[in-house]
Amino acid sequence: MERTSIDLWFGAFVTAGFVALMVLALKVGNAGAERAAEVYRVEARFDNIGGLKVRGPVRSAGVLVGRVADIHFDNERFQAKVTLALDSRYKWPKDTSASILTSGLLGETYVGLEAGGDDKVLATGDRITITQSAVVLEKLIGQFLFSKAQETPAAPAPAPAGATGAAPAKK
Amino acid sequence: MLDIRRPLGRLGHNVIDGVWRAGTMARFLWLVLASSGTSFSRFRLVMREVYFSGVLSLIIIIVSGLFVGMVLGLQGYETLQKYGATESIGVLVALSLVRELGPVVAALLFASRAGSAITAEIGLMKTTEQLTAMDMMAVSPMARVIAPRFWAGIISMPILSLLFSAMGVFGGYIVGVVMIGVDNGAFWSQMQAAVDFRYDVVRGIVKSFVFGIAVTIIATFEGYDAPPTAEGVSGATTRTVVTSALMILALDLVLTAFMLRSED
Repeated sequence: MERTSIDLWFGAFVTAGFVALMVLALKVGNAGAERAAEVYRVEARFDNIGGLKVRGPVRSAGVLVGRVADIHFDNERFQAKVTLALDSRYKWPKDTSASILTSGLLGETYVGLEAGGDDKVLATGDRITITQSAVVLEKLIGQFLFSKAQETPAAPAPAPAGATGAAPAKK
Repeated sequence: MLDIRRPLGRLGHNVIDGVWRAGTMARFLWLVLASSGTSFSRFRLVMREVYFSGVLSLIIIIVSGLFVGMVLGLQGYETLQKYGATESIGVLVALSLVRELGPVVAALLFASRAGSAITAEIGLMKTTEQLTAMDMMAVSPMARVIAPRFWAGIISMPILSLLFSAMGVFGGYIVGVVMIGVDNGAFWSQMQAAVDFRYDVVRGIVKSFVFGIAVTIIATFEGYDAPPTAEGVSGATTRTVVTSALMILALDLVLTAFMLRSED
């Protein structure tokens, strides 16, 4: 078959497109790094998952050890049922605890795992029983204001009842 | 009383004409698909058109991609600086390019660089009765002229959009890391953490694929449908660019809405 310059240009064009795809997949994106890992799925129930999303990270000691596979609402227990896909390179004791955490004040929500001391390890279908819900900032502020308001009557100054604990207690 | 009937009549005429054209275009698309066999048995025809509409668009795509990426880097830095999150500049540049700007801007450039050329070429072939001559020689102009250009556009468009995105990220890198001095490691690692291959890159490719179909079918149809006069061909070329641009942006809205909804 005789070659033409069109063949050369077509080949160069398609090769350039392929190189661009590789750059976008490997240098810009995260292909390859994620797919390689085998996973096993465990379940955890939380009273409140805050802003957790499907595909959100599962970390332990700050290292990515899995991803959130599924989030459902359990209508019998009125809790959130979260399925975690954990990297099968890592084994976790049966009494591992899971908590909903946030990286930084505005960062993403993730599931933090903390290992227990059990000899048996978690396997597919097991449930993490010790869980801690997300901290809701509004509740925290409410509790803080409430405890401050209870402190104020101890102060000698007759504070008006309408004033909330936000005012500094005088001594 | 009599005067109001004239603009109303023209409006109605335009609406009916638009619907009519849409129907004709659907039949045209079907005809192109039905006579695509030659394009694959004589693939050289398609390769030649890929050269004309894809390879020759490379310069404008690469240069525009570089500039768009650099502008995104500069603008993003201005805003991110206020929040002390300048390392996220890589995320901003890469996500906006891969998800939106790459497919859309590349398709707009493709429509004005290659789409208009396709329309003018086919329109002129029709005006000079080359298409009729082919028909007389029992060579189907659909299979010989239209279908190769259609498939060449579908092949070229995703490649051009990928190149646009890659060059844009490189432009963002030049501005962010080389010129402004954002940390190199954080630039790439945050980008890799945020850009997902399946959810961002592949969806961008799907978008550009759809845009490629839309632009080439509009360009070939307008050329094939052009009135055989100088004025008709020029009008058809204009319509190609305008209709393609509107179609690209409207389709982008629809596709994005679908893709974001299916994410949760």
